[in-house]
Amino acid sequence: MYWNADVECMPVEKMKELQYRSFKNLINNLYSTNKFYHDRMRSAGVLPDDIRSLDDVRKLPFMYKQDLRDNYPTKMFSVPNSEIVRFHASSGTSGKPTVVGYTENDLEYWTEALARSLTSIGVGKGDVLQVSYGYGLFTGGLGLHYGAEKVGAAVVPTGTGNTERQLELMQDLGVTVIACTPSYLIHMNDVAAKMGIDIKRDTCLKKAVLGAEPWTESMRTKIETTMGIRAYDIYGTSELAGPMFTECEERDGIHVGSDIMHVEILDPETEEVLENGEKGELVVTLLKKEAFPMVRFKIKDITSVVEDTCACGRTSPRISRITGRSDDMLIVRGINVFPSQIEYTLMKIPEIGNQYMIEVTREGALDHMKIMAELKPEMFRDKVTDMMRLKTRIEVELKKHLEIAAVVELKAPGELPRFEGKAKRVIDKRVM
Amino acid sequence: MENENIITQLSIFVSNEPGRLAAIAGILKEFKINVKGLNLAESSEFGILRAIVDEPDKAYDNIRSRGVIVKKTDVIGIKMKDAPGSLFDAADVLGKAGINIEYGYAYSGRNLDYLFVRVDDTEGAIGILKKAGIELVKRSEI
Repeated sequence: MYWNADVECMPVEKMKELQYRSFKNLINNLYSTNKFYHDRMRSAGVLPDDIRSLDDVRKLPFMYKQDLRDNYPTKMFSVPNSEIVRFHASSGTSGKPTVVGYTENDLEYWTEALARSLTSIGVGKGDVLQVSYGYGLFTGGLGLHYGAEKVGAAVVPTGTGNTERQLELMQDLGVTVIACTPSYLIHMNDVAAKMGIDIKRDTCLKKAVLGAEPWTESMRTKIETTMGIRAYDIYGTSELAGPMFTECEERDGIHVGSDIMHVEILDPETEEVLENGEKGELVVTLLKKEAFPMVRFKIKDITSVVEDTCACGRTSPRISRITGRSDDMLIVRGINVFPSQIEYTLMKIPEIGNQYMIEVTREGALDHMKIMAELKPEMFRDKVTDMMRLKTRIEVELKKHLEIAAVVELKAPGELPRFEGKAKRVIDKRVM
Repeated sequence: MENENIITQLSIFVSNEPGRLAAIAGILKEFKINVKGLNLAESSEFGILRAIVDEPDKAYDNIRSRGVIVKKTDVIGIKMKDAPGSLFDAADVLGKAGINIEYGYAYSGRNLDYLFVRVDDTEGAIGILKKAGIELVKRSEI
C-alpha cells in the first residue's frame, strides 16, 4: 500500500530530475531572499548559476547546528513571522535553544512524509494510534499526531508520563499502534507486568513506531518477542521538521522521500561524497523548506544510503540504522559541549585545517578541555609571539561559543589521527 | 638584483610532542642538509626551529615534501669581531634607526662569529649597518 504511489515509486532518473529542479528553485529563492544563505554562498564563491546539475549541489556550502544557535531565534528565517504557523524549540546547549519555524507548506510536507511512512507499515483507517512522544516544543508528539490523523487513524494523544493511565487507555480504547521512544516502550512493558497486564495477551497492540534515540536490532528482537508486536524505526530531528521517515514492511532501511529531502553521505574527514552503501556522515537538504534554509545540513548522524529499489516497490533511497552521531555531546564542568560547536568555531579560523581532536581530563574535581588543531602550512609564522597570538585568538573564539575555557594546542599537518568511517575526535580521559 | 646580504633562513614548526624534534633532525640528516646555524625557540606549547643551511631552496623543498611545516624567512648575518662591544655596535645602530630586532642567535664559525638577526625592515637594516661600517655575511659565504 502506498500513500502517494506516483512519487514513492517514481523511476530514479525521473526523481533525480525532479530533485534537480527543486534544488534550482530552492537555491535561486534563497540567494535572492535569504540573507543568511546568500552570504554563505557569497563567501563560498558559489552563485545560483553554478548549479547546473544535481552533482553541482556538492559545490554548495554546508550548514551546521551552530547556524541555528547563532541565528536564534528567527534571524535565519526566509519569511516574515506572519507567515509562520508553528514554532518548535529544542532544549538549549550551553544555555541557548534552537528555534525552528514552519510555514503552512512546511507542516504540509511534514505531515505528507508521515502519512507515507505510516501507510508503508500498514497503519491507516481503523487503527488506533497512541502517541506517547512528548507533545509541546518537542516535535515528536505533534508530528506523529498530524501524520496519523492524515491517514485516518484515531489518535490517542497521551504524551509522555503517567504510564499506568497510558496502559489503561491502551487496553480500553483498543490501541493497535504506539509511537514512542524504544526505552519508554520497554518501561511501559515493565510497568504493565507489575500491573498484571501482558501486552501480548491483554492488548490489541500490533505495531510500534520507535525513535528519537539510538536503539539496536537486539532491542527490536526483545521488544517484538516479549510484546508480540512489530517494531519500526523512525528518523527525523527538529531541524528536518521532526520525525518524518520510517522503515517499510521490509524493514531494510528507512525510506527517505526524495522529493522532500535530498541526502548525501560524505566521508567525515575528506568531505568527499561516498558511494552507494558506504558508511559516512549524513548531509541533508530539505527541498521544500520555506521557513528557513536547510541546505547541505551536517546533521552529524553516521549512516549509509542504499539507492536500489526496495522489495516494497518504493524507489526512494533508504538510510541504514543510525550507528552513532559524529556529534556526541560532552559534559564538561557541567556545561554541554558539542564537538560540532568546536568544529564550527575552528572552521572559521583561516589558519587552521580540517583536523582536530578534543581531549577532556580531570584534575582533582575540575575538568580540563584541550583542543588540538592542525595548522595550515602556509599560515605558519616563525615568531613565537605571532603563534601564541593565534593560539590565544582560537581560545577566545572557543570560549565565546562554548562558554567554557579550553586550551588550544597547535599541531603540524598529519600529526593528528585520521579516521575511516566514524571519526573519533573526542578523547575523554576522565574517570567518572 | 637581489640583495646578497639577505640570508634565507628556514623556520620549522615543531609541535610539543616527544620525538618531534628528532624526527625533524632525521629529515635534515636524510637529505644531507648542512646546518650552519641553528636556534630553537620554544614556548610551553610548541617550538620553532630556525636554521641557516647551505642550499636553502633545495632544503626547503625536501623538508616540505615530508609534510613538515617550513617557511623561508629573510634574516641578516652580522659578522662579529672577537672583541667586547661588537654586539652593542650592531644593536645600537639598528636601535637608533628605529629598526626592531625580532629575534637573533649567534653562530661561531672557524674564524669569525656570526649573529643572525630577524628585523622588521630587512633592506633598511642592511643599508644602515653597512653605512656604519659593520660587516655583513654574504649569501655566498654560507
